[in-house]
Amino acid sequence: MTMLLEASGLYGGYGGVDILNGTNLTVGDDEIVVIVGPNGAGKSTAMKAVFGLLHVRQGHVRYRGDDITNARPEQMVRRGIAYVPQEHNVFPSMSVRENLEMGAYLMSGDISARMERVFGLFPKLRERRHQQAGLMSGGERQMVAMGRALMIEPSLLMLDEPTAGLSPLLIDETFERIREIRDLGIGVLMVEQNAKQALAIADRGYVLATGRNRYEDTGPNLLANQEVAEMFLGG
Amino acid sequence: MNEIVQLLIYGVVLGSILTMGAIGVSMIFGILRFAHFAHGDFMTLGAYIGLAFISAFGLSPWWALPSGMIGMAAVAVLIDKVLYQRIRRTQPVILLISSFGMALVIRAAVQLIWGSDNQSYAKGIQFPWRLDILGGLRIKPDHVWIVLIAFALVVAVHLFLTRTKMGKAMRAMSDNMDLALITGIPAERVITWTWVIGGGLAAAAGVFLGIDTRLYPVMGWTALLPVFAAAILGGIGRPYGAIAGGMVIGIAMEMSTLVIPAAYKPAVAFAIMVVMLVVRPQGLFKGTL
Repeated sequence: MTMLLEASGLYGGYGGVDILNGTNLTVGDDEIVVIVGPNGAGKSTAMKAVFGLLHVRQGHVRYRGDDITNARPEQMVRRGIAYVPQEHNVFPSMSVRENLEMGAYLMSGDISARMERVFGLFPKLRERRHQQAGLMSGGERQMVAMGRALMIEPSLLMLDEPTAGLSPLLIDETFERIREIRDLGIGVLMVEQNAKQALAIADRGYVLATGRNRYEDTGPNLLANQEVAEMFLGG
Repeated sequence: MNEIVQLLIYGVVLGSILTMGAIGVSMIFGILRFAHFAHGDFMTLGAYIGLAFISAFGLSPWWALPSGMIGMAAVAVLIDKVLYQRIRRTQPVILLISSFGMALVIRAAVQLIWGSDNQSYAKGIQFPWRLDILGGLRIKPDHVWIVLIAFALVVAVHLFLTRTKMGKAMRAMSDNMDLALITGIPAERVITWTWVIGGGLAAAAGVFLGIDTRLYPVMGWTALLPVFAAAILGGIGRPYGAIAGGMVIGIAMEMSTLVIPAAYKPAVAFAIMVVMLVVRPQGLFKGTL
């Protein structure tokens, strides 16, 4: 069976220094895969490499069996891969509605059905659709950012620290939404600082260290792993 | 009192002209991230393209506007493809200096083709309307047209930016370049449209200047400083700010003649720009500088 996403032996970094040293990742249809690990382990870098934002020097990224290594972001979007960066992930001077419209820029035809589906997932965005995204709270902005990415009705959604800077209540809500997104049949690959909570909802997880896979297992197994807990999850 | 109202009218006319240039400067800065120094000479070239068109076909002066705008939009896109696109990924300062070079090239070309003498769209003097009810105010019909057409163009730009997919994509790119890329917005197409609009509006400013006074090879270059002042005052990268900035600079320049010699008009624009950069560099409307 071909996986939704299969990244194998990725090497790459910035300015000639490799941050990724042979990272492997796979994501299946409708599963949540979480990447955890210490700071500087290359978690976000791995996501950027998969999405073509960072040059992959060696290794391959395959999407449904097709080689998409170093493809341009536009190609990724056309294939159904959406990426939400950690910061600056909305168009601040534009309204919520316009942010969502931009998400569907490459989609032809009527986009109102797509927007309705996003509003169904995030009802608050419907209420706030005329509000300027830059003036919203961190939690609301995160919803706009995820909504923007969902406008292409992706098969794979990549989230870079979706709960960074959110209050505990909002963190729970965000993870709940991510679960709902997975239940729609969308594969989710995310990097998370809130490792324990993320692994709790994850189908599978990877522990990265110095750009290499250290552990990979199901979410619950990683949580139960004594060594992982001590080294990476703060005891 | 009468004199103040009269100057206010001139100020609005000048403000309308400056706004046409400043919207382009602001949009180009927002999307391409560099100060476009050739914009004044875009104004000049647009005005001369209009002149060439009406003299070739013997048309009335107002035809200089659409023909100049279309012609200059095409030339702007061509210049982008030939020059700016090749150095798109270098530092902003390289683009800035290149645009300065382009300004000189355009000015020299205008002198070469049309000569350095003053030229005008229409022969003869236009007599102003005298409005006796308002205490003998003088209003030139051309001025009324300039303000009305500039207003219509501003409305058109507004509708484009808020109602069309391409216009929204321009705002998105100006807002957050990286996210626009991630979202799959085609940057090069957006940039092409930015030059179409920037070039077209620059030509409108040039034709208006030519209608108001005369055409001469440095007409746009001398207008560049107040145009930049307007863009900075409004918050560079914010086309709506450019409208407010253009009006403030235009009115301030004309009003200043009440107290200082008219030759110092550009100095007033410069002073406002410097004060603004020191006090509130983000401009009235929080630009991207």
